[in-house]
Amino acid sequence: MSLSTLSDNLLYIAILAYLGAMMLHTADYALMRRRPAVAAPAEAKVLVGAGGPEVAVNPIEDVQAPPAAPERRDWAPLFGKLAVWMTGLAVLLHFTTTATRGLAAHRMPWGNMYEFVLSVTLVGGAAWLVVAIRKPQVRRLGIVLTLVEMLLLGFAGLVLYTQVNPLVPALQSYWFVIHVTSVVLASGLFLVGFVPSAAFLIRDGYDAGKRRFPYSLGGRLPAADAMERLAFGIQAFAFPIWTFGVAAGAVWAEAAWGRYWGWDPKETWAFISWVVYAGYLHARSTPSMNRRLVAWIAIIGWLTMLMNLFGVNFFFTGLHSYAGVQ
Amino acid sequence: MKPLLTFASVKLRNGWRQLTSMRTALVLLFLLALAAIPGSVFPQQNIKPEAVTRYLTDHPKLGPVVARLYGFEVFSSPWFAAIYLLLFTSLVGCILPRSRDHARALLRRVPDAPKRLERLPAHHRGRTTLGAAEVTARLRGWRTVTREQADGSVTVAAERGFLKESGNLVFHTSLIVVLIGVALGSMGGWHANRILVQGEEQAFCDTVQQFDDYSLGTAVGAGDLPPFCLELTGFDSKYLETGEPSAFAGYLSVTGSETRTGSFSVNHPLRLKDANVYLLGHGYAPILRYTNAQGKQQTTVAPFLPTDNSTLTSEGVATFPDANGDRKKQVAFSGLYIPTAPETGMIAQSIFPAERNPRLMLTFYRGDLGIDEGTPSSVYKLNQVNIARGDLKQVGEGKVLKVGDSWTLDDGSKLEFLGTRPWVALSLRHDPGEPVVLGGVAFVLIGLMLSLAGKRRRVWVRLTPDGTGSSLLEAGGLARSDYPGFDDEFRALMDRIGDSDREPVDALR
Repeated sequence: MSLSTLSDNLLYIAILAYLGAMMLHTADYALMRRRPAVAAPAEAKVLVGAGGPEVAVNPIEDVQAPPAAPERRDWAPLFGKLAVWMTGLAVLLHFTTTATRGLAAHRMPWGNMYEFVLSVTLVGGAAWLVVAIRKPQVRRLGIVLTLVEMLLLGFAGLVLYTQVNPLVPALQSYWFVIHVTSVVLASGLFLVGFVPSAAFLIRDGYDAGKRRFPYSLGGRLPAADAMERLAFGIQAFAFPIWTFGVAAGAVWAEAAWGRYWGWDPKETWAFISWVVYAGYLHARSTPSMNRRLVAWIAIIGWLTMLMNLFGVNFFFTGLHSYAGVQ
Repeated sequence: MKPLLTFASVKLRNGWRQLTSMRTALVLLFLLALAAIPGSVFPQQNIKPEAVTRYLTDHPKLGPVVARLYGFEVFSSPWFAAIYLLLFTSLVGCILPRSRDHARALLRRVPDAPKRLERLPAHHRGRTTLGAAEVTARLRGWRTVTREQADGSVTVAAERGFLKESGNLVFHTSLIVVLIGVALGSMGGWHANRILVQGEEQAFCDTVQQFDDYSLGTAVGAGDLPPFCLELTGFDSKYLETGEPSAFAGYLSVTGSETRTGSFSVNHPLRLKDANVYLLGHGYAPILRYTNAQGKQQTTVAPFLPTDNSTLTSEGVATFPDANGDRKKQVAFSGLYIPTAPETGMIAQSIFPAERNPRLMLTFYRGDLGIDEGTPSSVYKLNQVNIARGDLKQVGEGKVLKVGDSWTLDDGSKLEFLGTRPWVALSLRHDPGEPVVLGGVAFVLIGLMLSLAGKRRRVWVRLTPDGTGSSLLEAGGLARSDYPGFDDEFRALMDRIGDSDREPVDALR
């Protein structure tokens, strides 16, 4: 089996591993602080079969209720831990997928859109793993993150997939490594920052008494304040990397196209993302600003990143047309 | 008069406050992001003028409206300028007072400890054998002030993290520097494009008449261009078997303001003293020799433009306006150049970008080429108006030529296909604002990192000697910006200045 075929097969195993992690997270989520309403023998059955529907069946009020008098084993943390282990395995497989792809092509694995998405989601998965290990209290957010990873990887494998090809002359430059690495890093981190921002909005709405979907999910999410701080930490970390990535792109553009900035669609959207995340950081540092509004700005920021990754490659033609997507 | 003046000044001051408030700055930031979107949706005049023309013909109703709203020149439109100028004004209005405050904070002594340290978010009570001087020595990296109090106690006030605000100010000031650099470039910069065919007689000198198109900065006149001449002495291209390009390199000989030779390729421009030369594209220029019925010979090298960049199937014309000394009997050939024709089947499409099996498919035209009428016309296409009017007529059937082939025409004249020469599409550029922008961006990054990583915090220590050689130690701390790790730092600090057998830390947050 050639390296590139190995990479292609590993991708599907990695997606399955993320799926496994998501199901373990679902179990953790469903079992969290549930008052045992049924007799002991039935309990095991519920645990095994616990999945999405279980969440809906239980009235939300139960979540807040104190544990019943006879202390029962709380299975949720075990599933939570297993989910993180499974995520670790998925990230390892994901890394191997990306690395074998790069080895097969004899270059960094981000020469076209398929590989770019592979790398961005790898950074996202790895960064999330670090957060999940260091901050167990927000671990449960992995349910959203693994879902996003699965969707993006699935989309990459099904729609964006291209054969291994060497780089076109326009990409043969050491700036290819510098510019794209920093952009991949920042995009992956913004992806991870988006999850707690969105979860914060749900949890905060839940805390304010909203009970409609999606706020109904908020009861079992980590504390609003912790998620908001986490989101800020990640996005504040990603922003200088993004700035550097855009600046490195400008230096490369000067050498390749004769100008450091030319309002190419990709450049325009990179600028838009930069401005939106700059707005996020300013709003966050203003104490009088409503934190919900701040979180919404982060959501818009992530949407502009998605627009730049998918929208610009599919809808507009510009100089950054290396997607290799037909 | 006076009340009116006061009224005006109050209005002005309120307006200024409004403009420099964070809320306004945020609104302007989002307007800037929103305003950039149409720049990616509509084709832009200065990037792809041909796409703008196409858009206008495809959308006869919507096009003119978009044009009137500056939709094809978003980034030089008055409304885009209005937004960023307001934003930068608001920025200046924010930087100036904050710089003053920061300078004061840097010069000011750290304020004295509050009376009740236990009210601060971080607090510690214990004993220590250290004196104030030793405590200060252990607060390395902190700005400290030691004060003797009336009740016999000594307080050490300490503060650090000033770099956060310094970084903040550097970041915002550098953004203004970047804007200045951009402005310098648009005033003093220029760029021009030209197709240059290999060969000494094809060399050109740097004047606006020689360019296919050009754009000069507002402060640049046609006479300000640096005097140099360029000749293409060679061009290499390498392709993979799949037809994908793997490397290009052009070789130039420069004379004039400097004399040298140099190579350039994608990603590696030839950097001259006053301009950079970039490789934008390349192609083939067939060499054609026309011999009229009287035996008079003329040779032309006509660059053909690729219609398909992956196979370099190219299209072009070769004209011989003086062939017969009669405007009504001018001669032209129009057609396709196919670097690698397939061995079998239709020749109309090349199958490989390098010249492996070159063919030239030409059609012969005779008549008035319409190039003396003073109206600008493309040198890569025949005058369609004259063809439609019948002034320029196709003669006979087209012909496919190999290198070395000769084609005898109806009047006994003859066309020979002698071979091809490579050509390159060059871009010559000069932007005096570049170093300013680059320096500005470097400081933007430095300022940004300092601003995001810095944590402003204060710690106060009060030592009250109890006469046994050691002192009662009371300390409080306060993080002035979002800093979840402050408690840990405070605790570590207390470990350094407190006794080992101190009382447990109490009331931490």
